[in-house]
Amino acid sequence: MFPLERMSDDLLLKVDRVGKRFPGVVALDDVSLNVRRGEVHALLGENGAGKSTLLKILAGAQYQDSGQIDFDGKSLGRELPHERQRLGIVTVYQEFTLMPNMSVAENIFIGREPVRGKFLSWPTMIKEARAVAAKLDLRVDPLTPVYALSVAEQQMVEIARALTMNARLIILDEPTAALSDREVEKLHQIARDLKAQGISIIYVTHRLGEVKQVCDRLTVLRDGKYAGEADVKDVSIDQIVRMMVGRNVEYLAGEHHQGGEVVVRVENLTRLKRLPGSQAVPLRGITLEIRRGEILGLAGLVGAGRTEMVRVLFGADPFESGQVYFEGRAVTVSSPAEAIELGMALVPEDRKQQGLFLTHSIRMNLTLPSLKKFLIPPFFIDQRAESELVEQYRKALSIRMANQEVIVGTLSGGNQQKVILARCMALKPKLLIVDEPTRGIDIGAKAEVHQLLRQLARNGTAVVVVSSELPEVISLCDRIVTVKEGRITGDMPAREATEEKLMQRMVLAQGEQHVQVASPTA
Amino acid sequence: MAQPTPAATTGKVVEPPQRQRFEWIGFLQKFGVFIFLILLILFFTSQNPRFLSVRNLFNILTDVSIYGIMAVGMTLVILTAGVDLSVGAILALAAMCGAGAVKGTGESRSETPDPHKFGGLSWLIALVICIGLGTLAGYIQGKVSTKFRIPPFIVTLGGMTVWRGATLLIGSGSPISGFDPGYTWWGNGSFLGVPVPVLVFLVVAVSGYIALRYTPYGRHVYAAGGNPEAARLTGLRVDRVLTSVYAIMGCLAGLAGFIQSARLSSAEATAGLGYELTVIASVVIGGTSLMGGLGGIAGTVVGTILIGVLLNGLVIMNVNPYYQQIIIGIIIVLAVGFDTYAKSRRGRR
Repeated sequence: MFPLERMSDDLLLKVDRVGKRFPGVVALDDVSLNVRRGEVHALLGENGAGKSTLLKILAGAQYQDSGQIDFDGKSLGRELPHERQRLGIVTVYQEFTLMPNMSVAENIFIGREPVRGKFLSWPTMIKEARAVAAKLDLRVDPLTPVYALSVAEQQMVEIARALTMNARLIILDEPTAALSDREVEKLHQIARDLKAQGISIIYVTHRLGEVKQVCDRLTVLRDGKYAGEADVKDVSIDQIVRMMVGRNVEYLAGEHHQGGEVVVRVENLTRLKRLPGSQAVPLRGITLEIRRGEILGLAGLVGAGRTEMVRVLFGADPFESGQVYFEGRAVTVSSPAEAIELGMALVPEDRKQQGLFLTHSIRMNLTLPSLKKFLIPPFFIDQRAESELVEQYRKALSIRMANQEVIVGTLSGGNQQKVILARCMALKPKLLIVDEPTRGIDIGAKAEVHQLLRQLARNGTAVVVVSSELPEVISLCDRIVTVKEGRITGDMPAREATEEKLMQRMVLAQGEQHVQVASPTA
Repeated sequence: MAQPTPAATTGKVVEPPQRQRFEWIGFLQKFGVFIFLILLILFFTSQNPRFLSVRNLFNILTDVSIYGIMAVGMTLVILTAGVDLSVGAILALAAMCGAGAVKGTGESRSETPDPHKFGGLSWLIALVICIGLGTLAGYIQGKVSTKFRIPPFIVTLGGMTVWRGATLLIGSGSPISGFDPGYTWWGNGSFLGVPVPVLVFLVVAVSGYIALRYTPYGRHVYAAGGNPEAARLTGLRVDRVLTSVYAIMGCLAGLAGFIQSARLSSAEATAGLGYELTVIASVVIGGTSLMGGLGGIAGTVVGTILIGVLLNGLVIMNVNPYYQQIIIGIIIVLAVGFDTYAKSRRGRR
């Protein structure tokens, strides 16, 4: 879009055709990124587009397999993360890396504490912390413990840390995801100040309105590939959305079916309080019907509240108000055990953390909730019936395994996912919820999982699919509900859905203030 | 474009040797303690042939049966990634109450026992009280820990002191001793030539083995310890499983208290002092992971016997008792160190 050569001495960071593969997945394929001195550069892309991998490579947490990265005219090698920081590349991560029980000053200087002889020099530390806090307009005492700060203030502490490292490139990974509007405005101001001081910023965000407000240029990644870069003033939000989603559809368009009678009805489900120790998004008045024989897709960006919705429905997390009806009856579901008794089953989002007993056998993993179906009185497991069940589902799902005693942790991602699916199917649920059913599994296994879910729906199961991949949602589901910030922002039959339409509702729903502010300028 | 391909092939080349190593480690992890036990027995026999006599072997087993009974319960507890420090105290409390019930806690406590009191069934009364009280104490600890989310280490640390204090209170600080023969048979008698405590240990261990391997409950214990969140999302009532495990532990500590009081013909407030550590050691030496989810009763039985063999063998060799403690300590650390090493090897994908 512009001649690169002429700009090259302006460039602080030049990522040139970088590639990175993980077993079975190409995370980055010839990705380029050019960040000039003193600019705010937006890095955009859907979930799974490769942004996180690229950030990790820049921070030195991982290294590229191919391609070249130049920083300030010098080629980067295999520096460790702290060496990259010393060069001036500092990342402020989405999940904060602060020590909650230590003071602001200690956190700012952690690992680089000012010393006098062998001892900490508290006076220096406090003085310098004050100075940098003043620069950021952060009005807290340097001795306050970090846990007492608001999320926005904690973020400022992170940025203060970056500044005291003499950062020349600050990478902000979704900095505004947890901030209120006023705090966002303050952060934008700080970004502009930093820019004025000649510091470059890579700004990763899902809020396109923000891009218009603070960023100078943008680069879009799509499916691990470079999808283009542009000056922000030259493109409209619609054009950006198209850059983000305009990929070749790699899924077969499935037939779309109409659902039967309502299995689950959720009315006005709300939870505004934070869950202790979790980043769960609040839910605001979720009303939803799920019908027999249909596959309902929940589409939304990470942090939109999709997982939170299904977890509440499944009794895994509490809610404050609202009502769930199962097959027409008002029910209270206060634990997964009760949900399963009603006839629900869940394939959780995180296979390894929430789904599997990694050090145990396929058999143990697959039959755990169904054991009471084949009991020899008074309380022994009918081992033969158990083996038959495993064998039955091995065939039905073509799980590739040497025998039933194979440890689940040694299987491929796709086969692990099939084990969890088999476990849920063995319960013969009326409602099957699958959260990111194909994350991190290869294309072949993906198609098989889709086939299975379609078959289940055809046999009368209500299926809810949470997925970050829009093409997957469009081809697999019969009806699609879009979610944003804990609200439902759209509900349409899949045959009418396009990626653009869905993305619009996922990022630009009504009530999105930054966009409203930005739209006139766009 | 060409570069990614070699990277992918190298990835494949590296894997196979890891897999071979993994099985070797897995084998040692499974049978390492057993092999070590055999070697120890051979060594002690070479030092003193009498070590391998039937009588000495029964001595060893009788000595460890009290630990062993509790170690079966401790295996369940540790499989759920918990720990119970109160078992020694529960043992003492149960024994004191059981003994107090049949002999009284006042003047009558050291009188010569009357074999016909309670129709000769004083042992049954004591047994029921020991088991019931132990179960209750364990249940309370489990409930407190799950309900208020207090780590079991803390709850049972507190419990340890509470139960010990209660024992002193009930016994007014002095022992209750002298039981009728029906009672002491449980400690000193034998059945078909096998000492009764050994038989009780055997029954408990076999039941525990069967429960863990062949019942849904056993699977639930492994699941709750291996991945509590996954267990919950699979529909297990994890808190109930955890509470039950502490109740079973308390029950077995009570049973151990009964056997011990029968064996010594005395219930003392200081009974079982420090037993929790030996019991935990037997479980850990037997290969059950303190992280939960991995291990089993077979290993625990081997671990328990190993401690007995070590103690007995060192005595037969006339090793200074202070050295004995040092040796056992080192073996515990080695066993756990190996366990961790093997896990870290296995943990790699």
